[in-house]
Amino acid sequence: MNYAFDFGWLLDYWPVLVKGIAVTLELTLVGGVLGVSLGVACAWARALGPGWLRPVVAAYVELIRNTPFLIQLFFIFFGLPALGVRMGELEAANLAMVINLGAYGCEIVRAGIQATPKGQFEAGASLGMSRIQTFWYVVLIPALQRIWPALSSQIVIVMLGSAAVSQIAAEDLTFAANFIQSRTFRAFETYFVATLIYLALAIALRQGLRGLGWTLFPKRTAR
Amino acid sequence: MSEFTTWDIVRNLLLAARWTILLSIVSFIGGGLVGAALLFARIGKRRLGQIFVKTYVELFQGTPLLMQLFLAFFGLGLFGIDVPAWLAAGLALILWSAAFLTEIWRGCVEAIARGQWEASSSLGMGYIQQMRHVILPQALRIAVPPTVGFSVQVVKGTALTSIIGFVELSKAGTVVTNATFEPFKVYGLVALIYFCLCWPLSKSSQILERKLNVAHRNH
Amino acid sequence: MSLIEITEVKKRFGNNEVLKGINIDVAPGEVIAVIGKSGSGKSTLLRCINGLETIDEGSISVAGAQLLPDELHLKALRLKVGMIFQGFNLFPHLTAGRNVMLSQMVVKKTPKAEAEAMARRQLERVGLAHKFDAYPDQLSGGQQQRVAIARALAMQPIALLCDEITSALDPELVSEVLAVVKELAGEGMTLMMVTHEMRFARDVCSRVVFMHQGRVHEIGPPEEVFASPKTPELQQFLGVTH
Ligand SMILES: Nc1ncnc2c1ncn2[C@@H]1O[C@H](COP(=O)(O)OP(=O)(O)O)[C@@H](O)[C@H]1O
Ligand SMILES: [Mg+2]
Repeated sequence: MNYAFDFGWLLDYWPVLVKGIAVTLELTLVGGVLGVSLGVACAWARALGPGWLRPVVAAYVELIRNTPFLIQLFFIFFGLPALGVRMGELEAANLAMVINLGAYGCEIVRAGIQATPKGQFEAGASLGMSRIQTFWYVVLIPALQRIWPALSSQIVIVMLGSAAVSQIAAEDLTFAANFIQSRTFRAFETYFVATLIYLALAIALRQGLRGLGWTLFPKRTAR
Repeated sequence: MSEFTTWDIVRNLLLAARWTILLSIVSFIGGGLVGAALLFARIGKRRLGQIFVKTYVELFQGTPLLMQLFLAFFGLGLFGIDVPAWLAAGLALILWSAAFLTEIWRGCVEAIARGQWEASSSLGMGYIQQMRHVILPQALRIAVPPTVGFSVQVVKGTALTSIIGFVELSKAGTVVTNATFEPFKVYGLVALIYFCLCWPLSKSSQILERKLNVAHRNH
Repeated sequence: MSLIEITEVKKRFGNNEVLKGINIDVAPGEVIAVIGKSGSGKSTLLRCINGLETIDEGSISVAGAQLLPDELHLKALRLKVGMIFQGFNLFPHLTAGRNVMLSQMVVKKTPKAEAEAMARRQLERVGLAHKFDAYPDQLSGGQQQRVAIARALAMQPIALLCDEITSALDPELVSEVLAVVKELAGEGMTLMMVTHEMRFARDVCSRVVFMHQGRVHEIGPPEEVFASPKTPELQQFLGVTH
């Protein structure tokens, strides 16, 4: 192996990388917030929703969890226009991430809800709270607190998985790396740098989510 | 509109799915072997081994599988050989699976109560004997459901190898789409095939888990 | 000459000195009860004697052999001293019989047939010959603890350490385990047991050790210790528990 590593291209192309990072972060933020919301809504639907909705949600969750994200993405971006649903790369990427995280989030939140002692729910009802109020204050908040670590790692997984959106030409960090290596012919170095950036993003995101957990669920006696 | 019947599409996809299955099996088994080696370093007594495995896991779980595939593909290319896609795909997926399996199994070993270590120590067993006769047999039992569950991630992970040019189910989906201009139908079918591969694995993992929990409650 | 010699043993966990210089000599055939408040260091003492914890100062010797923290010495020690735990710690994936056979086979390399014969004898001794093929989760707590005793006995130790072996049991199961221990004492086994069963200590033990804040606060034959405790700490302890 007589290959001379060259990272000189970084000088010229760092703005491309920065833009890619911004898009990846934007995707993660939108996907995270809406995905978790969708997950919570689905968990509610499965636990307390109308009878017809439960199997629908169950099917959605199973379908998403048992197919690759890449195919979900292709189906949304290339397949849906056949039904007249047309959208840009970023919207498709966002939608795919929300749908994906929603399914995993649903299962995680549901596990948290199931760990809620039955008596809690009855206590809420006996205090004259409505079903929704009981769900929100007595079931959901403690459940979220309980499953926050699992939810956080799922969000990190979705962020890392978002690398696939480059395949529908959404201009994320991986897209930027593809672009740079096609110009510089420095494929290994380019992907190496991109990988390190992803690693840094993953570590930062994990820390950020931990901090968010502390602010969202201040030290009530844990568990 | 095109000369492809639905059956033609399905047949082509199913033929390609063989490669998805083969790659999944190779990655899962290879990952299991590497993962087992890493596990012993991780739960062993040497600090250096522990740190190495911790770092390894952090790197593979903290970066996108797609990047790992690129690095394997172009990294192997640095050695001047023309790298076939299957080699890079297999290598990356094996190393990636190993990281996850090692973590899963470490959790199982650590779930074994401290009393088991102490009782076997007090009976005069050495570390290897404890592992071999007391800890691993128990850890193995609780490791089955999550391990089966992880195989689903492996099957789904193989989809990304299409991006470095390995021709499996996802790649076939793209190729067939380009020929038929029926992305809705083709990607729908691709998803369906993945579902048929993954769902039985997911389900068995759940069933095994439930069985194990029932067995535990009998204590 | 004493079988177990504990000399000036000190043990620290970080800055917390848990054993502050323990001296006890145990003669062969003696049955020692160790009593004292929770946190006084009773378990730690027993665990040190079995090498589950390393000591920071002092020395422990069993049958003339020094306790040293390397694998070889530890193994030799553990062949001489068995230990029974509060939580039984049976191997849940093995039957009662296999539990008793395992360490004979892997540690002593006893042939299988011989190990099995020994296992049957020891299970018989604790009254559980008919449970040879039962798994731990099919046994009551008292039965599990008796299997644990049989498992330790199968290694033919010269002394047994028992750490609150009846504390995790339902009250009605305590006596069946104590009966086994009493029998062992009658056969001349050297025993060192942490216990809260004061009556048992009075009836069966040759000496009682009262531990307080990491020290042997009082030691003597049960008649003396129970009838006329010298220190206010022991008086209070006995008053509380009686
Ligand atoms: N592994 C350990 N690490 C730190 N502290 C310990 C450990 N084991 C015991 N201790 C401390 O040592 C003291 C004595 O504990 P122990 O010997 O279990 O007391 P006893 O059995 O008399 O209740 C306690 O304060 C306990 O917190
Ligand atoms: Mg204790």
